[in-house]
Amino acid sequence: MNTAIRVTKLGKRVRLPESELRILEDVSFALARGETAAIVGASGSGKSTLLSLMAGLDIPSEGGVEILGTALNALDEDGRAKLRGASVGFVFQNFQLLPALTALENVMLPLELSGHADPEAAARGILGKVGLADRLQHYPRQLSGGEQQRVAIARAFVVDPAVLFADEPTGNLDTDTGRAIADLLFDLNATRGTTLVLVTHDERLAARCQRQLRLSAGRLLS
Amino acid sequence: MRWLRLAWRQTQRDLAAGEIRLMLMALMLAVMAVTAVGMITDRAETGLQQEANRLLGGDAALRADTPIPADVPAQAEALGLRHAQTASFPSMVQTGAAVALADIRAVDARFPLRGEFDVQDGAGAAVRKVQGGPAAGTLWLSADAARKLGVRIGEPVGVGNLQLRYAATLLREPDAALDYFNVAPKVLIAYADLDASGLVQNGSRIQYRMVVAGDAPAVKRFSAGLRAKLSRGQRLESADDARPEIRSALERADRFLSLAALVSLILAAVAIGLAARRHSARHLDASAVMRCLGASQGSIAFLQLGELFFLGLVGSGLGVAFAWLLQWGVGAWLSQAMGVALPAAGWQPALAGFAVGFTVLTAFAVPPVLALRKVPALRVLRRDVPVNEPSAWTVGLLGVGGLAALLWWKAGSATLGAIILGGIAGTTLVLAGVAWLLLRWLKNARQGLHGPWRYGLANLSRHQGMTLTQVSALGLGLMALLLLLFVRTDLLSRWQQTLPADAPNRFVINVQPEQVAGVSAFAKAQGLNAPALFPMVRARLQAVNGKPVSGADYVQAGERAKRLAEREFNLSSTAAFGSDNKLIAGKYWPAGHTGAPELSVEEGFADTLGWKIGDRVRFDVAGTPLEARITSLRQVEWESFKPNFFVVVSPGGIQGFSASYISALHVPEAKQAAMDALVRDFPNLSVIDIDAVLAQVRSTVGQVSRVVESVFYFSLLAGLLVLVAAVQASQDERLQEAGVMRVLGASKRQLRLAQATEFGALGLLAGTVAALAASTIAGLITVQVFDLPWRFETSLLLYGIIGGTLLALAAGLWATRKVTQAPPNETLRTL
Repeated sequence: MNTAIRVTKLGKRVRLPESELRILEDVSFALARGETAAIVGASGSGKSTLLSLMAGLDIPSEGGVEILGTALNALDEDGRAKLRGASVGFVFQNFQLLPALTALENVMLPLELSGHADPEAAARGILGKVGLADRLQHYPRQLSGGEQQRVAIARAFVVDPAVLFADEPTGNLDTDTGRAIADLLFDLNATRGTTLVLVTHDERLAARCQRQLRLSAGRLLS
Repeated sequence: MRWLRLAWRQTQRDLAAGEIRLMLMALMLAVMAVTAVGMITDRAETGLQQEANRLLGGDAALRADTPIPADVPAQAEALGLRHAQTASFPSMVQTGAAVALADIRAVDARFPLRGEFDVQDGAGAAVRKVQGGPAAGTLWLSADAARKLGVRIGEPVGVGNLQLRYAATLLREPDAALDYFNVAPKVLIAYADLDASGLVQNGSRIQYRMVVAGDAPAVKRFSAGLRAKLSRGQRLESADDARPEIRSALERADRFLSLAALVSLILAAVAIGLAARRHSARHLDASAVMRCLGASQGSIAFLQLGELFFLGLVGSGLGVAFAWLLQWGVGAWLSQAMGVALPAAGWQPALAGFAVGFTVLTAFAVPPVLALRKVPALRVLRRDVPVNEPSAWTVGLLGVGGLAALLWWKAGSATLGAIILGGIAGTTLVLAGVAWLLLRWLKNARQGLHGPWRYGLANLSRHQGMTLTQVSALGLGLMALLLLLFVRTDLLSRWQQTLPADAPNRFVINVQPEQVAGVSAFAKAQGLNAPALFPMVRARLQAVNGKPVSGADYVQAGERAKRLAEREFNLSSTAAFGSDNKLIAGKYWPAGHTGAPELSVEEGFADTLGWKIGDRVRFDVAGTPLEARITSLRQVEWESFKPNFFVVVSPGGIQGFSASYISALHVPEAKQAAMDALVRDFPNLSVIDIDAVLAQVRSTVGQVSRVVESVFYFSLLAGLLVLVAAVQASQDERLQEAGVMRVLGASKRQLRLAQATEFGALGLLAGTVAALAASTIAGLITVQVFDLPWRFETSLLLYGIIGGTLLALAAGLWATRKVTQAPPNETLRTL
């Protein structure tokens, strides 16, 4: 199997003043390149924590994560940022666009950070693909929620990531817009062969993924 | 009490967590700036007052050219005042071997009422401080007089009809500094010997003085009563008249220092306002929880106000303490520079410091903090519940109102306060306007950049209001410093360069008519330029156009006109005027003029006294009238350092009056010894070293501007605090955005680069704006005040840009240091 992500005995504990809270325990699985997976579970089951650990945004208490064969444990913060810049895309529930930058500049940003030769052309191209060719110079506050999420998706895909993480990508959108955004995500995943991992409460969205990883009290249900 | 305890605990907690440290620092800075300036000027004022009393020899003095009427001492006694009398006049004194012209002063046993004489009973004896002059039958001589007379302690000296015994050497008189040009040897005799000396005759030029001392209200009553019925030739002196040059320098320094302190105060107040808003925003959740737990609006208000109260106490206390340390250091130096012993600082400036601290807090921090009491309890469940923010109008009005009240109080008048506030507001508006234009340009410029650079610049454009506040605040502080730097260095040296290389650097005074030829020959022999010698006679104004005038006729025209009309001043005479005099009305007398005497008057002098061409003016010269018509008005270039006179008479006009001559010489460095030889050949001459006077002026200006500069550093610091407060106000946004950038793959270095771009550009803007404003003002000063050609100061631009950029970079990077340190996930989660 051509593995994109390998999670091995992953655990996360948080120390409280008089006890210890286990958020995630002994989670292991692997995802192939191009595969789509939904992490589902009740609130507090550890979904977002799992996603942060897989994306290298947080450090596990035990176990490890490999992305495209590189163990995140072996990298420092800057090393993980570099890996994310080159191979990982991220879509957030609340979009997380930088308000000071226009739509075009937001999409150009990851390319510029990684030293891409012509970030503007690439950013214009992908914004056209997500249907925002006429919104390039708009600032986030001038865009609707759906449009902002399209910019966020364009920003995530513009680096052509091998892996894309999406944290409740439709959580802040109405049903129709949410469906359109999901279509966009899956279309791009299909055309670019990206491995797509999304966290969602939405069972219908989860059902569109090839795999469902169900968490309960920090453990992966088989 | 319980809530007060809670408030104290919250203050401690917030201080430890760093939440209100910025507010504390800003408050401390504001209080320190205002208090230190208050303490320093208070000390200097009091010191000067004491010194002035010492110089007068009492608390007030009546000066007259006729004996003091007998009822005046009686009035003083009736008011419970002590009094003493003196009389001064020039006269010859002699021993068997020598004769010398001396300033004789008769003093009674009570003089001085303030201060004392320093005398010595023989060479090498200890210096004694005594009150009361020499006993009857004895006299004191200055060391100079004793040397000229070749007399030793115990030997007799002839003064008029008397032979008085030389009892002690006079080293210092309390009021010696009053008369700078009083250079003749001094002889002090007892007042009781005055009549017997036979020196008091009709027409003798004697100046009588009576000094009084006692309770301030009694002195005031005495002075007021006397002022109302001063007769001609009488003048009342109070301590305010003493040391006018220091007093006016002090007033100017006080105004500058207060302005500098006020700029710091205003900037610090802005920083406090910004910090208070953030503080209030961070306490929203805690307040909502307290509302949930049953706290009333009143309790929350009490808790928040209590915290501000403690903050005010700690901040103002520290501010006052630091101010005390600062004035302690500056005071020692100032005492030396002014030559005046400074008393300790009073408690009023310290109290004023606390008042300023609490006023600033009330005006700028109370509104946002008080808004916390209206936080809805529902916020505990739903964070998007709107919070009742205080209206911008309320905050603005309270802030401006509080500042206006402080300025009114500090400036002492509503008009002056309004002018200062308007001036600072106007300057800030201009700075903000220029900054806005530059910011627009920067917005376009960012298209050409990429990545962190672009993001850094974008941040500036996004928080436009905040950026303009930061740029204006930092710019104002920088501008003040740049301007001072320019005045202290460039302008002074440029002004000096405009003085011709052969400008006179020595004044020779007291040249007697029979010495004129000798002095000229001496200068020629020494290879110096032939000196121009000007005759001088002392004259007093008597009548204008046939109508007798006195000081009372000039009360309407102002204090200066009144004084000019009352006092004696120098008349000179010349055949032709030099290039330093410019004719502006009428015409000069022709060469070889021998007709009726004519007058040429300096323009400002004529203006003060209301004289015009054609007026007939009569003077009293040693009892003889001299009348002449004004035929020309002149503008005098006083900076030429050549002898010049307000009133000049045509040739022959002062012939027959006893005149002494004054001359100015340019003595090159290599020929300094010639001056010693001149004084050896003509012992009665006095030589005044203008180079030394100029050096003194330079050093005084330098020293005063350094003190003012040090206070302006507070303004710069306050400007930086505004920058940091603004950065902290946007800290949450910054943390979130840094987290997103990290997720997108930004390295720490790239984040720092973005921040450096933002703050570097901010500093660049502030520096440019400050330098442009400082250059413009410097240009105006150069042209208007110093009458020098305008020149663009590139050095100011350079200093401004480099200084502004470095300062903003350092402060901004320090304020955002935490943003890059947290792991991205933590950053995102804490929001």
